[in-house]
Amino acid sequence: MKNILLAGLSSVALMTASAALADDHEIKIGVILGFSGPLESITPAMGASGELAMKEVSDSGAFLDGTKVTPVRADSTCIDAAAATSAAERLVSSEGVAAIFGPDCSGVTTAVVNNVTVPQGMLDISPSATSPALSSIEDNGLFFRTSPSDARQGAILAQIVMDRGIEEVAVTFTNNDYGQGFADAFVESYKAIGGTVTLSSAHEDGRADYSAEVGALSAAGGDALVVLGYIDQGGLGVMRSAIDTGAFDVFVGGDGMYGSSLLEALGDDLETWFGTLPGSAVQGDDPFLAVAEAAGIDVDGPYVRESYDAAALILLAMQAAGGVDSAAEHVMAVANAPGEKIAAGELARGLELLAAGTDIDYVGASGVELIEPGESSGVYREFELVDGALKDVKMH
Amino acid sequence: MHDFANAFILLSNYVLIPSITYGSQLAIGALGITLVFSILRFANFAHGDTMAFGTMVAIFCTWGVQALGLSLGPLPVALITLPVAIAVTIALVLGIDKIIYQFYRNKKVEPIILVMASVGVMFMMNGIVRILIGTGDVSFADGARFIIRAREFREMTGLDEGLALRTTQVITVVVAGVVMAALFWFLQKTRTGKSMRAFSDNEDLALLSGIKPERVVQITWIIAATLATIAGVLYGLDKGFRPFTYFQLLLPMFAAAILGGIGQPIGAVVGGFVIAFSEVALTYAYRRVFEYLGPDGFEVEGLAQLIETEYKFAISFIILVIVLLVRPTGIFKGRVL
Repeated sequence: MKNILLAGLSSVALMTASAALADDHEIKIGVILGFSGPLESITPAMGASGELAMKEVSDSGAFLDGTKVTPVRADSTCIDAAAATSAAERLVSSEGVAAIFGPDCSGVTTAVVNNVTVPQGMLDISPSATSPALSSIEDNGLFFRTSPSDARQGAILAQIVMDRGIEEVAVTFTNNDYGQGFADAFVESYKAIGGTVTLSSAHEDGRADYSAEVGALSAAGGDALVVLGYIDQGGLGVMRSAIDTGAFDVFVGGDGMYGSSLLEALGDDLETWFGTLPGSAVQGDDPFLAVAEAAGIDVDGPYVRESYDAAALILLAMQAAGGVDSAAEHVMAVANAPGEKIAAGELARGLELLAAGTDIDYVGASGVELIEPGESSGVYREFELVDGALKDVKMH
Repeated sequence: MHDFANAFILLSNYVLIPSITYGSQLAIGALGITLVFSILRFANFAHGDTMAFGTMVAIFCTWGVQALGLSLGPLPVALITLPVAIAVTIALVLGIDKIIYQFYRNKKVEPIILVMASVGVMFMMNGIVRILIGTGDVSFADGARFIIRAREFREMTGLDEGLALRTTQVITVVVAGVVMAALFWFLQKTRTGKSMRAFSDNEDLALLSGIKPERVVQITWIIAATLATIAGVLYGLDKGFRPFTYFQLLLPMFAAAILGGIGQPIGAVVGGFVIAFSEVALTYAYRRVFEYLGPDGFEVEGLAQLIETEYKFAISFIILVIVLLVRPTGIFKGRVL
């Protein structure tokens, strides 16, 4: 008993000591992404990309009088709101982060915004939470996202499907905020332009067998199956089962289904496959390619560019505010015109301009343009499976 | 006639084949549970994770064989690694019995204490499997994936509906048939099998007639571990391996054992198939089947689905509750839990 007390007391003492020791020349940024869970195959590149922007700012020496930036990682799990909340609380209370980069999935993002960042009055920018519900969350102006709302992705995907002459589809979506929001937006837009949705049904992630779900979708029929789920989870399972039973030949996917691991898993059996994912509005030469390549980051992964931009915007807003406290008020101004355009890899110049009191218009890796209430206006790439590889065929 | 064939193929593709396969997997799993219950007299909660452990060993061996560049042609490599996996699982289960269950048996504790001990074992094995192989999906079915593809079937027969038959589905049914036949032969015909049944019927009489209890217990564990590994590998080949789904299998397997009559091997088999058929048939949308069978131009509004697929997991639970309320001994007059 005495030992436990001593250990407890000394750890409390250590914690206070470390908080007190955190000097003014270092700030920490929480990097909370689903390093485990349904997005675990794409989050490493997202995390690395965000941390790349932080390192660039830190190394420039121009950030808040030479303050260093240190990322601290935490696991959002993507699906477990309680785990994400406690991870975010740990970042805030024991790591003392100044702002949060992330989380990634819409459900956990809602939980973190409601339970942690808004009560703490802390700036939070997510690179990839795309649920339409987040547009109306009560965030006191503290929450932003460098990805667009799925309301827009749903509309664009519906148009792409219609443009390809497919007028009847079945929809399956992952049973969470992201899937539900995306599916609602898709179904509404698709019906508005004259399409028929035979069935829109949810699937649970993490099941071994999706033959029952596919049976229902197949009974409903349709010329294509629209899969709005996750590539590591039920989305793949539903596609696998639909191909095995010959229920559908044409598959349409949202951003959560984009990746080469799907092609490896399904092999030659997958023939017709297209969909949308957030793209870069950067025209002409793309400075992010060189920046990411130097750091060994694969730029083709989903939300890699948005991650760089989310981290960069957090730090540029702090620079504009001259400190951590009112940074959130400056995010929109930094991201949008008017001002000097700042591309990826030019963060040092952006920091210097802001320090000199000049406006900047951060363009970054994804050509980010924020619209009210603090989300990217959104440019989408239409991808398609061509000769066994995923190719971008169009921008929307 | 054409319509009738289409309806039958449609049902086979989405209901019959999947539920026969799933039923075979559940039946072998439930047999293990029921045997442990009839000899050791407790509900073994660690059975699902024993399955996961055995499958994991089979996967590691499969990777080893694949690394040597060997394959079995159209059959999955896991079939030849199965004996190794069974041996390792038997060793583990006998070790656990020696360290944990024997201690409680010698103290002649209430069955519920053994059940709680098995819950502990379950969590332990849960952890071991996750540490060794991780929590993610592992697909280890190599060889030919299909015997008949849906598209090929359509082209071959000229029907509108396709029928897909996967290699793993046929392997599951064949292996399950062989295993069940061997087990029933063992229990009915061999001396050891008879002594096990005697021990299960009346422990005291069996002891008086000179049956060694520890030996019966050991053989039970050996059979249970063998069944668990086979069920696990078949399930994993068919649907992919993920530790969490093996844990989830506990519910349908227990429902199968209890529905059939716990302690009755034949009950476990029947129970397994009933549960599997209920899960698949109750959630299937029959719209197109009715349209084929109905008069020309007959159209069905909606999906003609009894229960939505989201509630698939609830079905075994509902069956379990109904059986316990209405006929707690199960179909074949087993024991009451």
